[in-house]
Amino acid sequence: MNALVVANVSRRRFLQGMSLGGLVLAVGYPSAARAADEKKYGADGMPHGWVDDPLAFVSIAEDGTVTIVCHRSEMGQGVRTGMPMIVADELEADFKRVRVAQAHGDEKKFGNQDTDGSRSTRHFFEPMRRCGAAARTMLEAAAAERWKVPVSEVQAKNHEVVHRPTGRRAGYGSLAKAAASQPVPARETLRLKDPAQFRYIGKTQKLVDGRDIATGKAQYGIDTRLDGMLYAVVARPPVFGGKVASFDPAEALKVPGVERVVQIEDSPPPAQFNPVGGVAVLARNTWAAMQGRKALKITWDDGPNASYDSSAFKASLEDSARKPGKVVRNDGDFDAAAAQAARRLDAEYYIPHLAHATMEPPAATVRITNGKCEVWGCFQSPQGTRDVVAKRLGMSADDVTVHVTLLGGGFGRKSKPDFAIEAAVLSKAMDGKPVKVTWTRDDDLHNSYYHTVSVEHLEAGVDAQGKPVAWLHRSVAPTIISTFNPAAKNEAPFELGMGVINVPFAIPNVRIENPEAIAHTRIGWFRSVSNIPHAFAVQSFVAELAAAAGRDPKDFLLEVIGPARQVSPDTLGDTWNHGESPERYPVDTGRLRRVVETAARQAGWGRKLPKGHGLGIAGHYSFVSYVAAVVEAAVDDKGQLTIPRVDIAVDCGATVNPDRVRAQMEGACVMGIGVATLGEITFKNGRVEQDNFNAYQVTRMDGAPRLIRVHIIPGDYGKPMGGVGEPGVPPIPPALCNAIFAATGKRIRRLPIRDQLTV
Amino acid sequence: MIPLDINGKRQTVDLPGETPLLWTLRDELGLTGTKFGCGMALCGACTVHVDGQAVRSCITPISAVANKKVVTIEAVGADAVGKALQAAWVDTGVPQCGYCQAGQIMSAAALLKRKPKPSETEIDEAMSGNICRCGTYTRIRAAIKQAAVQQGGTR
Repeated sequence: MNALVVANVSRRRFLQGMSLGGLVLAVGYPSAARAADEKKYGADGMPHGWVDDPLAFVSIAEDGTVTIVCHRSEMGQGVRTGMPMIVADELEADFKRVRVAQAHGDEKKFGNQDTDGSRSTRHFFEPMRRCGAAARTMLEAAAAERWKVPVSEVQAKNHEVVHRPTGRRAGYGSLAKAAASQPVPARETLRLKDPAQFRYIGKTQKLVDGRDIATGKAQYGIDTRLDGMLYAVVARPPVFGGKVASFDPAEALKVPGVERVVQIEDSPPPAQFNPVGGVAVLARNTWAAMQGRKALKITWDDGPNASYDSSAFKASLEDSARKPGKVVRNDGDFDAAAAQAARRLDAEYYIPHLAHATMEPPAATVRITNGKCEVWGCFQSPQGTRDVVAKRLGMSADDVTVHVTLLGGGFGRKSKPDFAIEAAVLSKAMDGKPVKVTWTRDDDLHNSYYHTVSVEHLEAGVDAQGKPVAWLHRSVAPTIISTFNPAAKNEAPFELGMGVINVPFAIPNVRIENPEAIAHTRIGWFRSVSNIPHAFAVQSFVAELAAAAGRDPKDFLLEVIGPARQVSPDTLGDTWNHGESPERYPVDTGRLRRVVETAARQAGWGRKLPKGHGLGIAGHYSFVSYVAAVVEAAVDDKGQLTIPRVDIAVDCGATVNPDRVRAQMEGACVMGIGVATLGEITFKNGRVEQDNFNAYQVTRMDGAPRLIRVHIIPGDYGKPMGGVGEPGVPPIPPALCNAIFAATGKRIRRLPIRDQLTV
Repeated sequence: MIPLDINGKRQTVDLPGETPLLWTLRDELGLTGTKFGCGMALCGACTVHVDGQAVRSCITPISAVANKKVVTIEAVGADAVGKALQAAWVDTGVPQCGYCQAGQIMSAAALLKRKPKPSETEIDEAMSGNICRCGTYTRIRAAIKQAAVQQGGTR
């Protein structure tokens, strides 16, 4: 096997637990490697898989307080409420008496902890149910033993065990000790509840952290305070791949409160999750460190990306998109069908780089004492953080403890623990003294792992009725793989499988191509990832075809999706399928149709609208869930856009905490509006041009929809669940642009919209 | 030495007068409920009250608030408006990640004290300086209205 393949395989964790098969494919060695490695799906395919051991997740105090460990990171999706709800339900615990403890990074103990890919609930619903059921069984066994009655006569109910024949009761607190010494029951002996008996699952539960958040008590990564801690900020190379040529700390050291200036070594490519290097200023508070940083004199060597320029790069992507590229799916014969078509149409869409801009910028604290390292911070990947910090410090991961705080937003940025390594390097330089590294907003915007930039080129041949018979989609975008292998120039299977090859349309001749693109910055996962550009292009183009055919866009979209059927992702060339089994998770066009129909019906599709208003629709399958949106856009005579209402239909299978599903859809909608209207990171001379929220704009209250209505398609707990955190974003930009077209006749093909509507 | 009145507690800090109130609260006084988001008064995460007015603490030097009454998220619940807003926030499930919500509540409290029954436009105007990257705006509006109604009912 090629060294490159080996190197990448050993880095599987850095690649967020993509299935090995997908990863190997990404570097071009499909068959041999795949045969050697039996493909695993879902949680089984993730590093360290799943754990359902109640001793790892549940403890009960003698006062009856049940502590349930949440091993996933809370970044606004509600996982610290949802996961414990699942355990508590099967445990028959009273949720009012449940306390939630946050796991440190330890995948051997807790199973995979990568909080990404919209999969915490779908991968851990069953293990967490078993975990709760096992703990309940142990409590029942302890009670039966105490009462010397057959275990079949006792039953746990709402925080106590009842002996049915006599009505005797014992609270969980009184049984805790005895239950803990019971054997953990074998998995196959567990009795799981009939979903009809669920006490919490499927019913809205308020956030366990809600009160702390509203009163300012909630602790985020940036809030860590330790005795004797120094506060650090880092001056990083303004160009990715650049480094410090020379620096003079003298003026910085004169700033009151500044204690030390420390250089952080730059890291040779690949970028991975390494810090980019630079010069750190350590001080008694963050402000003093920031003033010290301003006073640093640094000469930078900009390195090979010094000419990266977004306008020039856009032109080069367009150039590539207009020529044939690597064929990644080929059904029928596009060329022949297009040549015979009644009419040919084409369109090109552009979606720029984006930065996550989590409201809490990256922040981490490290202390090293007696050969043990402790890390505190806002990490989406606690075990990954542990491993990279250990590696950088030359320590064993066993000697590194990663404490996970709340995350003030994640969106993929905090999957990359470069900021934790910075804190570790600085603490080590200070002989282990605690050091907190805080990123300022310009640090965050200048040193992100950016959402890729892409040109999506589409062509269609349509029949006499305007229905597409031939479909060509060329997607050109730097790949996330480039962050791990700078030579990578093609989109990986996991990127192509985000709504470009796995589009299940009823079109006989389909060719998907992926011309090459070279990355000049760090490319990373951004909420919904490649689904954003792909869905924008595909769902806009379908609406363009509808308009050309003079058809209703909703009816036309349904016709293009075709009849309800289950499509194997394999037949679409999708070997990834969001890491899920193609048998358990086929692409279900019936479910896609249903969300489109539901969103349309709920939005009052076809209703009479005021002048300047229009409705637009889009539906997209991602993270094994189905979401459709109808946006009502209003454009006034000056070109000012407002959004009176959005209707979103989501089919993510059965739900745990329905109000959080709603909240995720609402938030995804607002983020999608921001992506469509405002978001853009541009580079000039290798440098990011946006420093703060004045230039990198995000949606504010006055630009947010007035009303967002979320319609959840009821699910079945016996069927596989889908994702929730990400699938809400992709349909929003095309639905909005389709609505703008309906309102004004103007077709938006380049995001962000910004002033394109201004008259 | 700069005399400060934070949440009713008088204290002095030994810091340069140009030090922003934000970092004084967070790093020197341990009041981490007030958040850093931008450092340029662009996002509202650091909003506190100075003599009852919503102020962005990231650009407010401590010399400018000497002897003025500063209230932060940790103490805004001591009055009826703050308390009603905090309750409404929990009730309507406003927070997602929650990081910006302290600033949102501080802006909302200043608004309701000035305008007990704000219109939709007045809410938008008062709150558009506060960014929520999770996109909780529709629920923030709803929570402010709920708290306003509740306050109206008790007056």
